Amino acid sequence: MNKTKLTALLATAALGTLSAGLAQTLSDGTLKVGVLTDLSGVYSELAGQGSVKAAQMAAEDFMKANKAYAGKVSVIGVDHQNKADVAGNKAAEMIDRSNVDMLVDMPTSSAALAAVEVAKTKKVVAMVVTGATTALTNEKCNRYTFHYAYDNYMLANGTGTAVTKRGGNAWYIIYPNYAFGQDLNRQMTAAVQENGGKLVTPSDATPFPNTDFSSYLLKAQSLRPKIFGTMQAGNDLVNVVKQYNEFGLKKQGIGLGIGLLFETDVAALGQDAFAGAIATVPWFWNYDARSRQWAARFEKAFGKKPTWAQAGVYSATMTYLQAVARAKTDNSDAVVRALEGHSFDDFFARHATIRAQDHRVLLDVHTVMVKSRAESKEAGDIYTRLATIPAAKAFMPLAESKCRF
Amino acid sequence: MNTQLLLIQVFNGLVNGAFYALLSLGLAVIFGMLRIVNFMHGALYMLGAFAAFALGQVAGLGFWPALILAPLLVGALGMLLERGLLSRLYGLDPSYNLLLTFGLTLLTQDLVKQVMLGRFEVSSAPYTTPAALTGVVNLGFVVFPKYRLFVIALSLAVCLLTWFVIEKTRVGSVIRASTENPTVTRAFGIDVGRWVTGVFGVGVALAGLAGVLAAPIYSVEPYMGAELIITTFAVVVIGGMGSILGSVVTGFAVGVLAAVGAAVYPPIANTLVFILMALVLLFRPSGLFGLPEGAR
Repeated sequence: MNKTKLTALLATAALGTLSAGLAQTLSDGTLKVGVLTDLSGVYSELAGQGSVKAAQMAAEDFMKANKAYAGKVSVIGVDHQNKADVAGNKAAEMIDRSNVDMLVDMPTSSAALAAVEVAKTKKVVAMVVTGATTALTNEKCNRYTFHYAYDNYMLANGTGTAVTKRGGNAWYIIYPNYAFGQDLNRQMTAAVQENGGKLVTPSDATPFPNTDFSSYLLKAQSLRPKIFGTMQAGNDLVNVVKQYNEFGLKKQGIGLGIGLLFETDVAALGQDAFAGAIATVPWFWNYDARSRQWAARFEKAFGKKPTWAQAGVYSATMTYLQAVARAKTDNSDAVVRALEGHSFDDFFARHATIRAQDHRVLLDVHTVMVKSRAESKEAGDIYTRLATIPAAKAFMPLAESKCRF
Repeated sequence: MNTQLLLIQVFNGLVNGAFYALLSLGLAVIFGMLRIVNFMHGALYMLGAFAAFALGQVAGLGFWPALILAPLLVGALGMLLERGLLSRLYGLDPSYNLLLTFGLTLLTQDLVKQVMLGRFEVSSAPYTTPAALTGVVNLGFVVFPKYRLFVIALSLAVCLLTWFVIEKTRVGSVIRASTENPTVTRAFGIDVGRWVTGVFGVGVALAGLAGVLAAPIYSVEPYMGAELIITTFAVVVIGGMGSILGSVVTGFAVGVLAAVGAAVYPPIANTLVFILMALVLLFRPSGLFGLPEGAR
């Protein structure tokens, strides 16, 4: 036997024992990522199958970069229908029956809260990307839950500050009367006031869901605030903005401040209806070369441009898998320790740190203005970046957090 | 709340009132003449909006042809449903047609959703106001969208026309005769079945028309009729089941009431109509304009 052959044989044997050793540290020899998402309802376009695809891409990239894990990471996608009870049941089913090691995505705050509660009792890591409520890192926080991309505080802080500083210092705000809307209204009001702005009249709670907002738009017409702030989301937001344009408020000099805006809302109504509106987002596909590069890969694989939610699911999945590699085990307590305080920087999460005390993932976020169609340079080019809020300033300061593990 | 703002809201309420009136008028015509509780009315309203979107914006015909064609299409679909499905249940308890129309509603909503997601990948269809009616007019006491004024005017005209045809013309008397006493009417050589189908078609076309009118104002999505239909049924109950005049007057009145409610105390806006319905049922169970049971 010549020397090269012998080296190759020895190397193979070494690799073999290495992966055998690794298999012992993975509880059932595999790492399974569970994408708990909306596959059929209102959020299925912004998360849904695209989120599942993003997680699969992360799994493949991770296995390619970490040969020891080749063939060991798999992804399943499950529909929670945006319902809290379904989300809880599905989370339990995925953990008990499909042996998932980690849950990711979870649009709709109530569904996310239900799912993380189950994950906590079963000691499984949950990375909430699309759920918005700050409760996840406050009164409802737990050792196994991480809040990844955005939250109500970050939205309000970003948009309230940007709009008020640009001269939009007199607001009239309406919000849908349920947990998400009430929370976002509180945060937005605080952000406006902290920056020297004021509310011309107390915010109005509107029924949820609601189609007709004309009463509030007429009220805005007579009050003449500088900014009409809407905390509505999804289809309700589409209705508000449609009617805001119909009543000609923009021409009357009343600007539009939006609490939560998704790429899909802009697509549903057309860019021009939203043009000039200011919102805060954790990411957009044409932010810079790194973002574009990943977005191009995603578009090739999925046939559509990624939303920030889908990009966030990739990033969260990858961050989890790398923590497993660092901990050399999928034991959730060890993985949590590997995640806590971890600093990293990828195409999605810039200057990111995972805050150990409440598991808020801090990252740079962007305040953006919607471009008119004429300003767009290419398909899907919808945002002008006004400012980037550094990770340290974008989220609720630790001093204000009510989280106690 | 000052008087000017109150006046503005009263006026604004007429717009929603116009939709309630058109929808409850269709329900009243169908129930009054055929004794069918058409739960599918909201889904047909939604189909009207989608037909307007498909014809006007996707096929490029524009708003005006769609305004005529979409209700005709919805009406034709309604007639097919009446002939093919509903007519088979006439001898049975009314709960059968309620269940049938409820099932058809779920089916229609899901079908439209599948087509929507497949074609546009968003949950609502982008729809714009017709060019001629874009913009606002200053009415002195309020700056109001032109298009909404058009909605009020057109639906008022259609409601009046429907009432006139049914109550004052020969066609109307034949319809009423066909439904009050089919046997005698048949003896005069009138094809009752055909008239029944026609009436159903007209009632359903009114829902289609409301849908076309709604497309530029509300987001066009598969469930847009689901919420509206509940309020509309309340309107029908308040006005008196089957009363043409009652449905129109109550429709506009409820619209105004909800708008004023939304301005004075927002949380109550959506509940107001049901409080009113409870009161009416308590003191006048046959509705404000309905005749007591047995007087018919």
